[in-house]
Amino acid sequence: MKNFEPEIVAFCCHYCAYTAADMAGSKRLSYPPNVKIIRVPCTGKVDALHMMRAFEKGADGVYVAGCLEGDCHFKNGNTRAGQRVAYVQKILEDLGIEPQRLEMIMMSAGMGERFARTAFEFTEKIRELGPCPVKPIKK
Amino acid sequence: MITAEQKPLEEIIAYIEPYDRIFLVGCNECVTVCAAGGRKEVGLLASALRLNSMKQGKTIEIKEITLERQCDPEYVEELASDINRTDAVLSMACGCGVQTLAGRYKEMPIFPAVNTLFMGASESQGIWAERCRGCGDCLLGITGGICPVARCSKSLFNGPCGGTCSGKCEISPEVDCAWCLIWERLKALGMEKRYEELMEAKDWRPSGGGGPRKIVRKDLVL
Amino acid sequence: MKTESKLERILASGNLAVTSECGPPRGARPEKVREKAALLKDHVDAVNVTDNQTAMVRMSSWAAGVIIKQMGMDPILQMVTRDRNRLAMQSDIIGAYSLGINTMLCLSGDHPKFGDHATAKSVYDLDSVQLVRMVQKMRDEGKFQGGADIDCPPKMFVGAASNPFAEPFDLRVSRLAKKIKAGADFVQTQCIFNLDKFEKFMEMVCDRGLNEKVYLLAGITPMKSAGMAKYMKNKVPGMDVPDEVIKRLEGVSKAEQPEEGIKIAVESIQRLKEVKGVHGFHIMAIEWEEKVPQIVEKAGLFPRPAVENL
Repeated sequence: MKNFEPEIVAFCCHYCAYTAADMAGSKRLSYPPNVKIIRVPCTGKVDALHMMRAFEKGADGVYVAGCLEGDCHFKNGNTRAGQRVAYVQKILEDLGIEPQRLEMIMMSAGMGERFARTAFEFTEKIRELGPCPVKPIKK
Repeated sequence: MITAEQKPLEEIIAYIEPYDRIFLVGCNECVTVCAAGGRKEVGLLASALRLNSMKQGKTIEIKEITLERQCDPEYVEELASDINRTDAVLSMACGCGVQTLAGRYKEMPIFPAVNTLFMGASESQGIWAERCRGCGDCLLGITGGICPVARCSKSLFNGPCGGTCSGKCEISPEVDCAWCLIWERLKALGMEKRYEELMEAKDWRPSGGGGPRKIVRKDLVL
Repeated sequence: MKTESKLERILASGNLAVTSECGPPRGARPEKVREKAALLKDHVDAVNVTDNQTAMVRMSSWAAGVIIKQMGMDPILQMVTRDRNRLAMQSDIIGAYSLGINTMLCLSGDHPKFGDHATAKSVYDLDSVQLVRMVQKMRDEGKFQGGADIDCPPKMFVGAASNPFAEPFDLRVSRLAKKIKAGADFVQTQCIFNLDKFEKFMEMVCDRGLNEKVYLLAGITPMKSAGMAKYMKNKVPGMDVPDEVIKRLEGVSKAEQPEEGIKIAVESIQRLKEVKGVHGFHIMAIEWEEKVPQIVEKAGLFPRPAVENL
């Protein structure tokens, strides 16, 4: 699996991670093109089903990037997202899919470097895990 | 409401393993409120089952349907026109819903995807607790609004056993002693004298001891 | 006399009664019952035979009771409502009575969670108060719980348990009153270590005149060690072991602790003998039955009165 390029979906909160991604861009910090960003108004808006669907559509890894503890623009959307991530991790585990393929990550809007580093680290982690055992069947 | 919890995925997967086309049928009532078998849970389970079949390199066709009320023949009828387009039905309703489907679609394999648990109330977001056993002869009027049948681990009728500890049941410090609650409440109501009235041996017939129960309302029967 | 129970006769004569307890074996060895009971033979008036205690399966209470009866002793049939419905309980009561058992103790029983059959369905068709009521009705009205006549009703001397230390404390006297109202003739209490609290309880019992309506046997358990005292304090629900008791046991060497434990038990009996409303003692020496005779002797409760002479 030398040429494996993982597909990563990152649900990024508009108030933190998405802005951090923007900052990474303006600082010319590169991050892997594997990471496809989906902007959400708050990670609290990311339903368990969205995470599952990402895997159904062929993602090898998914992460939800929300605000730092206590900094949620909507009070506690990030903590609730964290609980949902844990719930979906359990479903993945029951299905024999490595739960590490899904993660909750927290950062603030000013952390452009952290955004870029997280994207690298997560991509590398998934690269090591290899392709997700679930892949859409091509007809 | 009637509470339920999803069965382990492994068990559900084993039920539907032989089939290629599945109707996954939720219910908009109790199991929606307790987040076990409403539209959202139907979507999640369908997704998990699809992921599972992809993992096996198979394709499965899952149709997601959430009925208004699965324990009501009127709503269950909605499946009639399409039922021949599936090989099996997986129900996310309580046992009443599963049986209504099985009664209506006699040729169709119907499997439960949830374990029906108890009649309970929501204590707070995400937490439900047993409150009623449907014993058919409500005592709440004399026990201060707290049910010893459902909430005492031994369903004692005449007071707490000797195992009460700091207001908690002997089976677990997480469980309130129902009789401590009743006693406190009777005292608050100035009704503690009532405690000493003997509660005679219960007639369990209305509770199911007389066989399966049924209500017939002549004024409503068509 | 309501019954032919030896315990009833001793209590009615005004003597302090002494009972103890014998847990049937976890298997079909009658000699185990005999060995345990023989240790108590001359020193107690009657022996409680436990019914699947702590929700562990044991030889049935009535069968072990019959073995004890055959030794010329008087068993007290314990019956918990956890394992049997009202039909099964009534048939066992009739059966036990027809084999010569005339005294019983009505209990709800420990929850199955604590035993070795945690997956069992507990029955609880009746609770302990309703069981008392049923046995009394069988005896005094000659009727089954369902209302039909009994051909030769069992005449049981009916006992109940009382835990003066369980919470809520202010309910405990009411609960005793309720058991008496249901038909309890005698009451055996939970092990008493906190004598001050027990005396307060007895004051409340006497204030309501309940001491006139029921025979109360105070529960006594000798502690084998400070470790056992701590275990009972912290792990056994509804048990009140004051720190002084633990300190006193810790104050002597480990080898002397059993003797100290017995000393405490004897002193407790001597103090409680003077308490109004106490009609006797129920000595529960847990897996230590061989010590019962010396406790009875040291407490001045020996020899036991012969019933023929009452």
